[in-house]
Parts: sequence; structure tokens; C-alpha cells
Amino acid sequence: MTALLEVDGLRVAVNGGAVVLDDLSFSVARGETLAIVGESGCGKSVTSLAIMRLLPPALRLTGGAIRFDGADLATVSPTRMRDLRGRRIGMIFQEPMTSLNPGLRVGEQIAEVLRIHEGLSRAAAWRRAVELLDHVRIPDPARRAMEYPHRLSGGQRQRVVIAAAIACRPDLIIADEPTTALDVTVQAQVLELLKSLQREIGSAVILITHNLGVVAQTADRVMVMYAGRKVEEGAVAAIFDDPRHPYTSGLLRATPDPTRPRPARGVLHEIPGMVPRLGARASGCAFRPRCARAVPRCAEGVPPLLATNSGLAACLFAQEGAAA
Amino acid sequence: MTPRARRIARFLARRLAQGVALLLCIAVLDFALLHAVPGDAADAIAGEAGTADPGYVATLRHQLGLDQPLPVQLGLYLGRLAQGNFGYSFRYGQSVASLILERLPATLLLMAASIGFAVAASLVLGTLSARFANRWPDRLITLVTLFFYATPLFWFGLMAIVLFGVHLGWLPTGGMYDVARPRTGLAFALDVARHLVLPAFTQACFFLAIYTRLVRTSMLQAYGSDYVRFARAKGVGELRIALRHVLRNALTPLVTMVGLNLGTLLGGAVLTETVFSWPGIGRLMYDAVFQRDVNLLLSILVLGSVIVIVANLLVDMLYAALTPAVELR
Repeated sequence: MTALLEVDGLRVAVNGGAVVLDDLSFSVARGETLAIVGESGCGKSVTSLAIMRLLPPALRLTGGAIRFDGADLATVSPTRMRDLRGRRIGMIFQEPMTSLNPGLRVGEQIAEVLRIHEGLSRAAAWRRAVELLDHVRIPDPARRAMEYPHRLSGGQRQRVVIAAAIACRPDLIIADEPTTALDVTVQAQVLELLKSLQREIGSAVILITHNLGVVAQTADRVMVMYAGRKVEEGAVAAIFDDPRHPYTSGLLRATPDPTRPRPARGVLHEIPGMVPRLGARASGCAFRPRCARAVPRCAEGVPPLLATNSGLAACLFAQEGAAA
Repeated sequence: MTPRARRIARFLARRLAQGVALLLCIAVLDFALLHAVPGDAADAIAGEAGTADPGYVATLRHQLGLDQPLPVQLGLYLGRLAQGNFGYSFRYGQSVASLILERLPATLLLMAASIGFAVAASLVLGTLSARFANRWPDRLITLVTLFFYATPLFWFGLMAIVLFGVHLGWLPTGGMYDVARPRTGLAFALDVARHLVLPAFTQACFFLAIYTRLVRTSMLQAYGSDYVRFARAKGVGELRIALRHVLRNALTPLVTMVGLNLGTLLGGAVLTETVFSWPGIGRLMYDAVFQRDVNLLLSILVLGSVIVIVANLLVDMLYAALTPAVELR
């Protein structure tokens, strides 16, 4: 089966300067959920914005292909891209508090998608918007549709955003930290909603998160990013069991596991240091300065992605058993 | 009544009560200020008549009621004001109310034209500036508006008269209409419009500069907002984004600013109307100052306060209509 989305050698750079995404390749099959994880500043959101061709003006796509169902989004015309956005690719952003226009009724903000892409009349689009609100389990949808965003809670707003993103039953949903800004209890509900909608529509989902618990719950495959590159990729269960990149294992050890009894949990590990600033990335393996396993050889060029039992990992020691 | 209508009614009632109290304070303050200035109408009239005969001045002062103690004068003045009676201008030999009513339309026309022009032009220039942020169209607009901002209004008016009125001869340099022409119908309206161009433009310049910067900033902010990015992610086209998502949200700071500026604008009318001999309230006020026509001056000041208070109330309501998150209470 060919992939729905195939990103190949994607490069994004600050205008005339530092490289943000470097030679990033991955693919997403129809109906699959791919999680992209990594700390803030690793290029997860930039990846999603690059796919949507919505990079902020300071960033530029400098190379690579983004094949989506036959078309290369990297070179497609703005008009064609606009037609794909919202209709075949839906996007959910991190901040439900600010994603909605404060001056428009939430119903209108959903109906807008349907009017643009499906040419529905004002009244028909509104009716569908109310149905969609019901679909994302907002109580009393007919009345809620008339409200302005400031009257809704964060969870409800994110449901509205989701309703707008799935209104045209897209083939691909990109969710950029969709639950990060929400309360924990609401997070679970929103994730559950997203999963059930995905099953119903059959969309593929790219889920961007730094919450590994969310990954374990929702994703089929996971891609770990560090400093604008893919450092490890594979099936979620395999990667979680047997991480081969020191960064991945660092992330896993930094995640509390409430299922284990407290004494056995021990002290939560942290990865020393910070994600390098743009333009200040180390030569060779970018993770080298923070890696306990680093040897001089790590500075000699970017480590290639090596096949491992669990997938691919960009570490010289990836094939030598579990990462420290 | 719906809850919303009740809320608005309550809001209006409260603001109206506040407005009346404010007006009273302003009236007393104006009265005190004007009487702190040496010289009165009797001095001015006697001076113009060329006599300094103390007996004549004293008689005049008695006739004008200026020989009574200040608190009594204040009481009489406030009492008259409460009845909506603005008093009598001895300089013009006419009731103040009729004098003001005669001049008010000219000033309102000038204010409306200059505000309208400033808002319309700033929307265009500010939008252009934001779209080309930090590139040459933006820099050019910034330069021009900075020039408008920094130039004194009267100088601008004089230069406009010299250029467009004297050298190019395109536009009349003063007055509100041509006395030699018929004062009816479309021809009259066109005539007034021609006379309006220079004073309205002159008065608008300063505000145009502020508003353009404001529109530029709020447009940039709106374009960089999450909801515009979300709208783009929904596949909304640029025109629709500009009109539906950006403009409306960018408009609210402008509305606030215009409301705040209405008072300044009324003050600026004095200069503009003097430079362009526009027969409005500003000129009347200017003349009243020199003629110590306290009755007239006080009435104009109070009327000005009324206009500002009412305008601010309207702006607040407009603001609530534009921004759903703002509710009148």
C-alpha cells in the first residue's frame, strides 16, 4: 500500500540562515496514527506547518518533497494548497484559547469551512455546524453554536476546533499538541474523541506531542525528533520496550510511570542540558553534548539512520543493544 | 424586556447619571477658570468703545450682572444651565443658544469630515503598511505619517493654503461657501465640499498619522494571531481572512482611539477654523476669549463636554458591538 503522506528530505531554514529541519523523511499510511515526539524546539511544529505550507514568514522551505496522495505539497500552487487545507488535511492547534476568532460565533467558524469547501448555503452550513458540534459531544449544540468563544471552556473550544478540522472528513488530521493546554481530565476526553472520530472517518493522524503517555495511548508508530532531525522511528510498543537512541531512552526515563509502586520507580531521570538553539547545534550528532555515551567519533558527521530491532535509530551504537 | 436589553438599559442609565455629575464638575471648573483670568466683558466693551470712564464701566458691569459676588454669579449660571438656558451674549446681542446652533453644523461637518477621512485613509495606509511591513511601502508610509504627526496643524494649514489655494488655485482658501453663488441644492453642497477639503485634510493629518500606526500594529498583530493561522489551516482565502478575521479585530483599538480623540478634535477646531476662517464653534470660541464673552465661552465649553461625553458613550457601545467579549454592564 502506498503511503498517504510521504515526506522526503524536507529542509526548512530561517531566511538565509540557520537550518531548522534537516533532511527529514517519514511517511504516514492511510488510517494510521504517527506520533512525533521531542522536546520543545526540536522542529515538531515546524514540520506540521511545513506540510500545511503555513510556515511563518521568517522560515522557508529549502528542499525536499511532501507527497500527499500524488501531489507534491512543496511545489503545489497556493490556490491548490488552499483547496487541500481544511478539506483533505485538517489541522488542530495547541492553543484552543486563541485558535478561535474572538469576534465570530463558534458556529460560523465551523460553517465557514463547509461554505468554502462544499459550497453549502449559509443555512445548510449552519445546520451542519450544529450537527458537528453535537458530534464532538458539545451539549445543547444549537445554542452553543450561537456563542462567542469567550463563553466556552478550553475543552469546549478545542472540541470546536476539532469540529472545524474534521468538518470535511479529511484524509489527514494534523494535531499539534492538541491537549497540552487542557486539564488532565479534559485531555483524556479530547484524545478519546479524536480517536473515535479517526476510526469513524478513517483519517490518518499526525499527533505532535511531548507527552509519551499520550503516544502510548493513541499512536501506532512514533518518530522521535531532535534538533530538526529524525533520531528514531518505529512501532510504539517496540520503541518503548527497546529504545535504541540515547535521546529516546532519556525521554522515556524522564516520564513517570504510575503503574509501578513508588519505591521501585526511584528518582525520575532528566536529560542534562537543553535543546540547542538554532545555529548552535553541535557538529556530527546534535545530541552529543548531552549524551552519556558520546565518544569522539560522534563528532565526525551526522550518524546515519541504522536499522534496529524496533525500527530506525540515528546513533552509532544503535545496533549494539539497548541505549544507555 | 430581554436580559440583554435590561442590561443595556441599566448601563445607559448609569452612564447618563455619571455624565450629568461630570458635566456639573466641568461647568464649575470652567466657571472658576474663566473668572480667574483678569478682565471681563465690561473692560473689553469699554476698551473697544475707546473710553476708560470708570462710571461707564461700572454701569456696564452692573447691567451685565458682573458686579455681583462670584458665588451668586455661579449659582445663577448653574440655575440657568439646569433649565437649558445658555444665556445671552452681549457682544453679539443674540441668545447664546441661537449663536451656537447657527455655528454648530459647520463644526460638526468639519469634525465628521476630518474624522471620516482620517479613519478611511488610515485603514488603507495602515493595511498597506502591515502587508509590506519593513519593506519600502511601509517605510514610505511611516515617513509620511511621521511628518504629519510632527507638523503643527496651523503651519500645515497655511502651507496647504499657499500650495493649493494660492499657487495652484485648485481650492478655495477660506470660508465655508462662495457668497456669490446660490445657496441651494447640489451646487451648494458641492461648493461647501470644495471649501471643506483643505480644512478637513489639515485637521485630519495628525489623527491620520496616529491611526495609521495603530491600524498597522493591530493588523500585524491580527495577522500573526493563532486564529488567522487556524483560518488559513481551514483553507480560508486571503480576502476573506482580511475582511472577516483581521479587519474586525484590528478595528477595535481604532474605535477606542477615535473616541478618545473627539475632545482633542474639538480643541483642534479652534486652530483649523481660525486658519481657514471656517464659520464654526471653534472660531466663535476664539473670538469669545478675546471679547471676554464669558457666557458664550462657558456655554461652548459645556457643550463641548456634552459632545465628548455622548461620543464616548457611543464609542463604548460600538466597542461592545464589535467585540463580543466586551459586555455592557
